[in-house]
Amino acid sequence: MSEEYILEMRNITKEFPGVKALNNVNFKVKKGEIHCLVGENGAGKSTLMKVLSGVWKYGTYTGDIVYNGEVQQFKSIADSEAKGIAIIYQELALFPELRIYENIFFGHEIMKGQTIDWNETIVQSREYLKKVRLDVDPSFKIKSLNTGKQQLVEIAKALSKNCSLLIFDEPTSSLNEDDSENLLNIMRELKEQGITCIMISHKLREVTAIADTITVLRDGSTICSLDAKTDDISEANIIKNMVGRTIDDIYPKRLDKNIGSVMFEVRNLCAEDRATGREILKNVSFNVRAGEIVGLQGLMGAGRTECALAVFGNPYKYRITSGDVWLDGEQVNFKNPKQAIKKGLAYVSEDRKGNGLVLIQNVKYNITLANLDEVINGVVIDDNKEIGVANKFKEDINIKTPTINQKVVNLSGGNQQKVQIAKWLFSHPKVLILDEPTRGIDVGAKFEIYSIMNDLVKQGMSIIMISSELPEVLGMSDRLYVMSEGQITGELDIEEATEEKVMKMAINA
Amino acid sequence: MDEKQGLLKEMKFIFKHNAASYMMYFALVVIMLVFQIWTKGAFFTAQNISNLFNQAAYVAVLAIGMTLILILKHIDLSCGYVAGLSGAVAAILMEKAGVNVWLSMFIVILMALAIGFYQGFLVTKMGIPAFITTLAGMFIFRGLLSRSLAKTGTIIVTDETFKAMCQGYIPDFPGNSRVHIVTMLLAVIGVGVYIFFRVRNRRNRQKYNFYVPSLPIFIGEVAAVAAGILLASWMLAINKGLPISLIIVGVILAAYAFMLSKTKLGRHIYGIGGNDQAAELSGVDVKKVTMFAFCSMSVLAAVAGFMYTSRLSSATPTAGLAFEMDAIASSYIGGTAVSGGVGKVTNAIIGTFVIMSLTNGMNLLMIDISYQYIVKGIIFIIAVAFDVKSRKK
Repeated sequence: MSEEYILEMRNITKEFPGVKALNNVNFKVKKGEIHCLVGENGAGKSTLMKVLSGVWKYGTYTGDIVYNGEVQQFKSIADSEAKGIAIIYQELALFPELRIYENIFFGHEIMKGQTIDWNETIVQSREYLKKVRLDVDPSFKIKSLNTGKQQLVEIAKALSKNCSLLIFDEPTSSLNEDDSENLLNIMRELKEQGITCIMISHKLREVTAIADTITVLRDGSTICSLDAKTDDISEANIIKNMVGRTIDDIYPKRLDKNIGSVMFEVRNLCAEDRATGREILKNVSFNVRAGEIVGLQGLMGAGRTECALAVFGNPYKYRITSGDVWLDGEQVNFKNPKQAIKKGLAYVSEDRKGNGLVLIQNVKYNITLANLDEVINGVVIDDNKEIGVANKFKEDINIKTPTINQKVVNLSGGNQQKVQIAKWLFSHPKVLILDEPTRGIDVGAKFEIYSIMNDLVKQGMSIIMISSELPEVLGMSDRLYVMSEGQITGELDIEEATEEKVMKMAINA
Repeated sequence: MDEKQGLLKEMKFIFKHNAASYMMYFALVVIMLVFQIWTKGAFFTAQNISNLFNQAAYVAVLAIGMTLILILKHIDLSCGYVAGLSGAVAAILMEKAGVNVWLSMFIVILMALAIGFYQGFLVTKMGIPAFITTLAGMFIFRGLLSRSLAKTGTIIVTDETFKAMCQGYIPDFPGNSRVHIVTMLLAVIGVGVYIFFRVRNRRNRQKYNFYVPSLPIFIGEVAAVAAGILLASWMLAINKGLPISLIIVGVILAAYAFMLSKTKLGRHIYGIGGNDQAAELSGVDVKKVTMFAFCSMSVLAAVAGFMYTSRLSSATPTAGLAFEMDAIASSYIGGTAVSGGVGKVTNAIIGTFVIMSLTNGMNLLMIDISYQYIVKGIIFIIAVAFDVKSRKK
């Protein structure tokens, strides 16, 4: 019976420091089917595929990968590719300055003696392009193609390596309707040719349209595997399986809520990416009141971080094309972060290492960086004042570090996050935007950060919390907005919000 | 017995955690000793030490400016010829146009400022990498330097004030002492101030329970530095006294060290170098700060050009050749991180002395310039390799 499965992943467990990303996952894929893998952000889908493709090499996980009836021990992507497994990544792995045919055969060039046989390369490239129904001259450069067509080249590249199992990681997330439809059709055609496809997707409409089997992951475990012919694969059923858990009591209760008037408001904001000109925000409107925590929910890539950065005046990445921002009754369309900070807006970055903290500097340095004016006497930075400030925050929000002279790079994730929050609190914001405030930190530190948030709104601050973790948003917010594809798709009071409702809005079903 | 072991352990600990910066002092001492032995005592003579300071001064000034640029993860290859051009233009103004020495220098500094703005503009507003911008600048300023001296050839500078910059010494009390008394007096005052600040800083750190080395180590370190200052001063005092060039370097060094450690601008420079995106999102005007660094570099290059011209008493078309190399090497040997975000101007000066001691010593030994380049290159790459390795831990 097991011959009908091309792939069986048995009891896969993968741990990262402090987190069990995969817990005894079982995942079986039949030969020649389209198998969809769904789950919330952080459910373990990408980790599972990384285990399969050898990114997390054999030995760093436990459990067996049985492929074509043999137990595999992939040490690298090259190993898995040699066996015929290829991943088409979300971020394309093509060389924009090289031609299509050069890209397709990059790494497995067709040789004639010691030199590359370009004629044969071009001829074969045409064949593979035909298979993915891409009607372009293979000598075009990759950068002349749009994202949808680039993705097809990726698939052609995988086919040229004689892959029999293709993994698509969110293939349609950056495609428009037509390109998405086209891609799904090509997947169907590949299936006709006997190629097995695994697709990770948030878009349940596409999943239900194309899947033969759907496996749902949640919190690193397999929840169920649904057969499209025999089981209930309605979106409602899938969503129920994706989120079906109870909210634990990990969110500190806020007792006397005192929500005031509107403190911060964004009206009909449209913005585009400066580099690519892609529209990233479409008519986004939302507001937050004094003493209120507003959640901004959505799946990855929905435009939440982009929205926060655009509002915060990040001039290099995003251009606001229309719309207004109001803070404390005043119209403020910030041109740069400096202005935003001065007027009382603060943004705690989701990527604390990448663009939140200066890791090679110490705790003290990082805490005062955004508001040095307050520790300056004339032009001189007053050591005593600065140390006083840093020590006060260290006590107040319990930053665990031997001294404030410790380099931030040496602190744990939770404490780095506290340093980031301290830095922004020291700039005395009226409105605090927290972007994924608890990503990658342990439960204890999470609780502390929730408590800090509660203290802050008690003092009248307004908080906008961006988070991919639904339970967190539902547990902490007074009100929440849901975003999808650069638009606000819903606003819910916390009393009426349920995971199912939010998830529906988030995938814009 | 116990205390002795504790002390040894502490020294080991301190050395392990500051290996890179100690290495630099160690290298300097070793290089000096090697030359002292090799030259049969010609290195540590009053005359030569005084000469070394005058030789090193212009590189030190460039290294200070370069350190800022390197902390910001940029580079300035053009500063050598900006220095050369500045010296030439100043000489033309003074000797050919008869402009007053101070006014001449003022005009040239304005010119340097314009160069700084031009290069800063290309880097910050146009987004052209500093390497390319300043490589182009290197061509342009080299050409301008040759052009400006094409008709006259080398210009001899006669202005005494200008020549004093890198040839002059501070005046002494009247009298016939064999030792320069003002120099020693300044040295003693300098050591006093140094000790005062170190003690104050230590007390302050103790107040906040920060780590301080144990008392014997603290005293040892302070005493070593004080002895170094006094020894160097003594060598100068038995020659002609404190060179004016050293005072110029000292003032610039103090100003930049203060700026980097105690002002907002300094914080912003380290912030941009450490993580430019975080700095940007913390309200730092990255372009403005970068612009400042390029302007400061060009102005310091002009000052370095004056000093070089002053020392030679002439402006030549070859002035500026490979100055930037010495400056960059000085800064890296002085522990500026290759990945940016870390660096001190005071240490860059130590780096300058490493490089210039090599030059000076090998000149004494009359080693051919070709070997000099090779030796400097080797010392440079060893220093950087050591730094990269010790930062990985």
